[in-house]
Amino acid sequence: MKAFITRRKSLLVAASAVLALSLSACGGSGGGSTAPSSGSAPFTVAQNVSITGSPTFDTIKSNGKVRIGVKQDQPGLGFKDAATGEYSGFDIQIAQWIAASLGFSQDKIEYKPIPSANRESAITNGDIDYYVGTYSITDKRKQLIDFAGPYFVTGQGLLVKKDNTSINSEKDLSGKNVCSATGSTPIQNIKANFPSTKTTEFDTYSQCVEALKSGQVDAVTTDQAILLGYAAQEPDSLKVVGQPFTVEKYGVGLKKGDTALRQFINKMFTDGGSTWQKIYDSTLGQSGTKVTQPAVDNY
Amino acid sequence: MNTLLNNSDLFITGFRNTLILFFFAGVFALILGTIVATLRVSPIPAMRAAATLYINVVRNTPLTLVLFFFALGYPKLGLVEIDFMTAATVGLSLYTATYVAEAVRSGINTVPVGQAEAARAIGLTFTQTLTVVILPQAFRAVIPPMFSVFIALLKNTTVAAGFSVAEAGAIRSNLSERGEPAMAGLLWVALIFVLIVFILSFAQRKLEKKWKVAR
Repeated sequence: MKAFITRRKSLLVAASAVLALSLSACGGSGGGSTAPSSGSAPFTVAQNVSITGSPTFDTIKSNGKVRIGVKQDQPGLGFKDAATGEYSGFDIQIAQWIAASLGFSQDKIEYKPIPSANRESAITNGDIDYYVGTYSITDKRKQLIDFAGPYFVTGQGLLVKKDNTSINSEKDLSGKNVCSATGSTPIQNIKANFPSTKTTEFDTYSQCVEALKSGQVDAVTTDQAILLGYAAQEPDSLKVVGQPFTVEKYGVGLKKGDTALRQFINKMFTDGGSTWQKIYDSTLGQSGTKVTQPAVDNY
Repeated sequence: MNTLLNNSDLFITGFRNTLILFFFAGVFALILGTIVATLRVSPIPAMRAAATLYINVVRNTPLTLVLFFFALGYPKLGLVEIDFMTAATVGLSLYTATYVAEAVRSGINTVPVGQAEAARAIGLTFTQTLTVVILPQAFRAVIPPMFSVFIALLKNTTVAAGFSVAEAGAIRSNLSERGEPAMAGLLWVALIFVLIVFILSFAQRKLEKKWKVAR
């Protein structure tokens, strides 16, 4: 009987641990530093824009605002400050630049945070006008939607703890436990090409980073640009190792068949090299990396 | 159809893991739930209190929290290491057992008091009264609600997709990375779930017919 009661007590302890966990999770997500704010934007809002033959642009005009699909949990790229509700990052500024070229200032932008798995349906259903958020251009996706760009080229990288010396590149992954988002391309790549590597999948990259810090996994893998964002946020405990071992080209997701708008955005990227560089330097460039703008693929 | 055929590897592993989770969590929940239900009607106050406490604490906690405690919190306690699949099974079992317990208790309540008194009168102990006379009748009475609990359990398994258990809930995110239309993928997953639930409902009708209590 006594043993019985203590078992119940331990359950109570477990329950309160659950509560404590959930509370600390709430507190932690804010994460002190965010990417530096844009300050004065390196682009100006265009006047009297007209794009003939673009159904998306017609929708934007009749709505009087731009609805942009973004990521909200990737520091340095697409990040929403939980306290102020403000968005910041490289992808966000690219999105603002496009909106400005279409003639819409920042107060006419409606951001819609959309997770990776829902991107195609959000675009095809017309929930958003375009999507800017670490969106890799692939042939399969091109069958469902169109891409402007690429505006950034990265590849799969590895994030480890600062004091980790056993993982220096993807060649050291054998027998290690690697984490990425559920079903994401990087984790499918690890499963297919690194069979002796254990994998762990969580819903978001932030959960993977938490698991890395607590030692449950040895490395986090996804596009190096995303990992640099995390490393820049906590340079004392995390670092990015090795060179990207795949090629991912980030594009702007557009409704299938809107060639007019795609060419408009591609022209903007091609002509706006100095603007692009300023945007990069004020966001991802803060991590100390030097990158040049990729050439647009006007397919 | 192409979405299903081209990605049969995903669908097969996904639903295989779903069924494994469902089966083990279902069996453990049934056993644990029955034990907890008998504790709730036992003559010893401390046992009744303990069972009530367990049911109210676990049942009132959202399933996501229960599962994520076992996935993320449990490893930090430094006890025996378990993989995510086991963690999900344990979490789902503990959670579902509370619903099983309440279903069984409602079944016990349908058994007339006279049955228990008669059992006691012929000299059966509490355990004998319960296992020979009351529980068999109770189970017969609660087949429909019990199957609702199990259908809920089947669908609850998808919560485990959040932490490295590659079951049916994870199919969608894999599909979208492969560039498949999300709607088609979702419809297939839903359709297969409906099929499994249909099999469960069929079993329910069979059992109901077979175990019908003549009143």
